[in-house]
Amino acid sequence: MVAIKVIGISPSRRAFLRSVASAAPAAIVVTGGVMVSAACHQEVAQTKYQPKFFDAGEWATLVALVDCLIPADSEGPGALEAGVADFIDLQMNTAYGYGALWYMHGPFVKASPAMGYQLEFSPREMYRSALRGLQAAVRERHGEEFDQLAAALKDSVISELEVGRMDIGSVPASDFFVQLLQNTREGYFCDPKHGGNKGMAAWRMINFPGARADYIDWVEQYGRRYPLPPVSSA
Amino acid sequence: MTDRTMKPVDVVIVGFGWAGAIMAKELTEEGLQVLALERGAYRDTYPDGAYPATLDELTYLQRFKLFQDMSASTFTFRYDVNGQALPYRQIGAFKPGTGVGGAGLHWAGQHWRMFPEELRLRSHYVERYGAKFIPEGMTIQDFGVTYEELEPHFDFAEKVFGTSGQAYRVKGEIVGDGNPFDADRSDSFPLPAQKVPYGPHVFMNAARELGFHPFRAPTATVSAPYTNPYGCQMGPCNFCGFCSGYACYNYSKASPNVNILPALRDLQNFELRPDCNVLRIVLDSSRKRATGVEYADAAGNTVLQPAQIVIASTFAYNNAHLFMLSGIGEQYDPATGKGAVGKNVSYQMLSNIQTFFGPDTNSNPFIGAGGNSVAFDDFNGDNFDHGPLGFVGGAALWCNPAGAKPISGIAVPNGTPQWGRAWKKAVKDNYTNTVSIDSNGANMVYRDCYLDLDPTYKNKYGQPLLRFTFDWKDNDIRMTRFVTSKLEQVARAMNPKSYTVTQKNFGDHFDLRPYQTTHWAGGLIMGADRPTSALNRYLQSWDVPNVFAVGSGVFPVGLGYNPTGAVAALAYWCAKAIRQQYLKDPRPLVDA
Repeated sequence: MVAIKVIGISPSRRAFLRSVASAAPAAIVVTGGVMVSAACHQEVAQTKYQPKFFDAGEWATLVALVDCLIPADSEGPGALEAGVADFIDLQMNTAYGYGALWYMHGPFVKASPAMGYQLEFSPREMYRSALRGLQAAVRERHGEEFDQLAAALKDSVISELEVGRMDIGSVPASDFFVQLLQNTREGYFCDPKHGGNKGMAAWRMINFPGARADYIDWVEQYGRRYPLPPVSSA
Repeated sequence: MTDRTMKPVDVVIVGFGWAGAIMAKELTEEGLQVLALERGAYRDTYPDGAYPATLDELTYLQRFKLFQDMSASTFTFRYDVNGQALPYRQIGAFKPGTGVGGAGLHWAGQHWRMFPEELRLRSHYVERYGAKFIPEGMTIQDFGVTYEELEPHFDFAEKVFGTSGQAYRVKGEIVGDGNPFDADRSDSFPLPAQKVPYGPHVFMNAARELGFHPFRAPTATVSAPYTNPYGCQMGPCNFCGFCSGYACYNYSKASPNVNILPALRDLQNFELRPDCNVLRIVLDSSRKRATGVEYADAAGNTVLQPAQIVIASTFAYNNAHLFMLSGIGEQYDPATGKGAVGKNVSYQMLSNIQTFFGPDTNSNPFIGAGGNSVAFDDFNGDNFDHGPLGFVGGAALWCNPAGAKPISGIAVPNGTPQWGRAWKKAVKDNYTNTVSIDSNGANMVYRDCYLDLDPTYKNKYGQPLLRFTFDWKDNDIRMTRFVTSKLEQVARAMNPKSYTVTQKNFGDHFDLRPYQTTHWAGGLIMGADRPTSALNRYLQSWDVPNVFAVGSGVFPVGLGYNPTGAVAALAYWCAKAIRQQYLKDPRPLVDA
């Protein structure tokens, strides 16, 4: 059985975030299932993700958002270590990102949420509009960029998005929140071949074995912890 | 209009899922030249289910790789006859299938029969409770076929699927600890029941303690190596948990692709043509005879395919759509109750309880098989006295360990935030310490719940989308709240730290966002008499007798159980009528 060392959180969290936001050296090394945070060391440049869809401002905002949605702590990886922002950027260039998996013919009519998605935005269009709208709204209200806000303030902005109390332009805030939260969870828990869940750390945290896909000997071993680390389907 | 006319065939089959594959096998056995047209792509275990690439939740359960291309076609929904219907733009409440094997390639594998009284639901309720017991506006009616007539076909379908289960009563004799509410069987299941994972094990003990009658439910995820009557082989299921939404990599889950197609592939008198989207059934000038079908091929050509017999075997609601687009039969009108095409669309009424246990419970919910469950039927069908309860219908209650995945399948206790540290901690604490249990109930049929053509939205061929007018009704809410109270008793007896009940409230509207079930039924219903049904008891169109329709669209009422077993048995029943009666004398098999 592989020993798993959980990630410690750096005291200089804010500095770390800024460094990730500016695509500075990434913070995680994965070696044989042992995860070590390099946040306070900075000497290891494992990967340096350059966003392909988001511009610098959008990227800094997105990075700060997903970091709040799934923060790093002693329980397990945060969204950033897991590569959630990278994942979302990569998804923007798939058919999904272009809205090609959805029925996108008009007329588009406002309806109760229970009628399902009725907006004309593809994920690309939604992120672009909503991130810029959010940046502008925060700048106007706080005189600062979203990613520069204090942690508690960031959280309270996200809470406003969640309940739809914020005006971020043409995309209703709560619709953007639903989209962002879904993609964040996807990036956190997907197979690493999609660019998220780096090192399968999120799977290790919950003891999900990934693509092991063979449990016949385990079906009736009631209450025993499954001992094998996860594998990827890549 | 038509770019090309193909060589005529004896039989053209529209849609190659379970129902279409069964019809193809049966009718090729008569020596007929059979062509199956499938709108989606060719699919098989390799490459569509190949290990390990297929074990990928994002691709298959979040991006729906094997499902209908929603950008090309979807459905519209409204809650009542005066509402404006809006398109179902993203897959949510239900997951429409497509491609060779249809939904049968990526189904979960629960393989049920039916209760005899469900086949004659109206008659049964009138006899036991009186006609006044059936609420105003509820349009339940009989199938026009009995359990005794279908039993040989239920039995044969289980042998084709390799269904694994424990029988209770065979030929009047009690043979084991199966479901005591089951109707009599002519034979046991072809394979023994599957093993019981942790969740259903705990559920079974709790249900038994309360005096209910839990049993290991029948599943087409097989417990042992198997060769079916067609010579098709299956390997034992290893509980990988990637069933619903996926093609089984292990040849363990029955599918048209694994259990029937290998027996058809080499036949000279069979052809499967994928990527052919049938646009309409073509009628002659009398409108009483079909001359074939018109379809769009992958290149966008419109192709005419002449045939002597047309079998509509598309998924559930799509048969009604095809009849509407073809002008066969009369569109149902909710104002007058006249017309049968589009009538009696039904769904299912579900509830769920998540039971949360303490640390180190290790329920290991990734261990699963889509069809595997422990269930009890004390509150399903008419196995309990409805008299004092005042509702029609019931539900199976079960623990179905289908393989919980991390993006979609981690439950957290009530009051947990959706994000942040608290969410993350709850996810970590609960994933392997949760057991999920469900009620899976019938949704009845109503005068104002029906299908027709949408006046606004179109598919990529320029055809109107199918419009659903549908919402929940008090009868079914009453039913689900009653059975959920029983499920809650079981949840408490499981002795969790806490549990969360998700059930419908009176006044709730149908919510198209969260996945519920894909088990739509009705819309092109079979029945005993012409004014109230689109198809006769042999699933032959009353209006155009060389057109037959199979699939759950023929159910005149909703079922508590999953529909595939009934779909398969009814397809064999229809095929038998064609083979034994229609081919000798091609005419209406029931006088109108």
